[in-house]
Amino acid sequence: MTSIRLEAVSKSYTPGSLALEAVSLELAENSFTCLLGPSGCGKSTLLNMIAGFIEPTTGCVLVGGSEVTGAGADRGVVFQEYALFPWRTAAENVEFGPMIRRLPRAERHATASRYLSLVGLAGHEGKYPSELSGGMKQRVAIARALANHPSVLLMDEPFGALDAQTREVMQEELLRIWQQDKKTVVFVTHSISESIFLADRIVVMATRPGTIKEIVDVPLGHPRERSSPEFVALEREIKQLVREEVAKLGIM
Amino acid sequence: MEAQAVEQPAATPARSRALAATRSPTHSHAGAGRAVSLLLRVASLALFFAVWWGVSLLNAHVIKFFNPVLLPSPAEVLATGIKMAASGELLRHIVASLSRVLWGFGIAAALGVIAGTALGRSRLLEHLVEPTIEMLRPIPPLAFLPMMVLWFGIGEASKVAFIAYAAFFPVFTTTVEGIKYVDPVLVRAAASLGASDRQIFWHVILPAATPNILTGLRLAFGLSFFVIVAAEFIAADSGLGFLINDARTFFLVSNMLLGAAVIGIIGVVANVGLRRLESWLLRWRRESRGRA
Repeated sequence: MTSIRLEAVSKSYTPGSLALEAVSLELAENSFTCLLGPSGCGKSTLLNMIAGFIEPTTGCVLVGGSEVTGAGADRGVVFQEYALFPWRTAAENVEFGPMIRRLPRAERHATASRYLSLVGLAGHEGKYPSELSGGMKQRVAIARALANHPSVLLMDEPFGALDAQTREVMQEELLRIWQQDKKTVVFVTHSISESIFLADRIVVMATRPGTIKEIVDVPLGHPRERSSPEFVALEREIKQLVREEVAKLGIM
Repeated sequence: MEAQAVEQPAATPARSRALAATRSPTHSHAGAGRAVSLLLRVASLALFFAVWWGVSLLNAHVIKFFNPVLLPSPAEVLATGIKMAASGELLRHIVASLSRVLWGFGIAAALGVIAGTALGRSRLLEHLVEPTIEMLRPIPPLAFLPMMVLWFGIGEASKVAFIAYAAFFPVFTTTVEGIKYVDPVLVRAAASLGASDRQIFWHVILPAATPNILTGLRLAFGLSFFVIVAAEFIAADSGLGFLINDARTFFLVSNMLLGAAVIGIIGVVANVGLRRLESWLLRWRRESRGRA
């Protein structure tokens, strides 16, 4: 069963140059896929098209069998810059989706507490985003996305702004949550180790124009040990693929 | 936080935190610093009144530089105030000015927020209206005062219209800015949570623009007071501006100073009140103010 299907999707922001060229991809339901590549490879563009924030120039995006025409509650999004509503408390942020769906107040509160404790933030319900650390903000953002019961969770470099320690903790937490509450996850990152730690499949992207370079299936079971020989070997293999793309950009 | 900001307007929050950190490992030190700054603040006002009083006494009784009528002492102004307050005349003028300000400001606030929101939302409307607004905005509203009197007569309407005109611009401009520059990622977040355009407007765009709109309202309220005095100079039989201008005719300098002082006091009280209201409405910002 296919949850997300991209059919020959291209995107051009300026006439004559393609940000993304004829990308076709199928993502199985409840799979965890990482889109990996250097900046400018179109990985965020791809994610934004699945989210419905931007339209493909040609081709189409299908989620659950129907074509994406705009943003929708079936696809939750977690942004690198958290995108919390600063005037709403942690609990009120999580309640946003339930409020939009006009659920009764008591039910909204219960949902907010349940999801905030799922992400380890019980007791922080009444705090405003400005009172939370980066890691805590991203936990709220994940809780907010999950509380809306999307079938797809789209994450755009969600841990990119966090320090290394917090980042590893968040990766473990995300896997724990995903194993409890299965969703089709698409996770954009430029960290090779992050993608190997999290994903079932890694879509390595090529640059100029953005295309799929290679799809790597990760044969490791969870939990994964970053220092295990299999992990390190995979890391080396993918690093080689990514290097070629970075070299093409002429940055190195 | 707000109280601190009022006490130390020159220091940015980040700087004052840094200062507090280097200056004082203990609380008693910080308390002492605060006491000194409060003392200096009181001294500033005391010095002002002392100089005023000293000059006016010296001039009246020791060396006569100019006609003592021109500069009454603070005590004389206070006495005039007490006399006028007792007769009810002062209150009548205050009520007259305040009600004009509230009407004019209220109209400006409503129109400014509505028009600003409409323009912030629609690019077409913005192109259609903005050049005209930008042409009118730099003209001092006072330039239109005589015309307002011609158009709306010498009654309340001309003064209310004049205040509304002057106060409209700050509300309008800050609202347009606030609505236009809402972080697009917040709009995307709301859309991906299932919000419709209408829900995005009420639950995201409007709250996100609120800090801007409140700033505009506070500026507009100050401006309303600024222009009411001028309006009451020209055509009025009541109000604090009238009190000052009328006193000029009869050379009652105490009354003139009293009028100015009352306007100053109302302005300070209104500003403190509005800032309190603002910091309560924007309490979610409180902790982030010092952060980068």
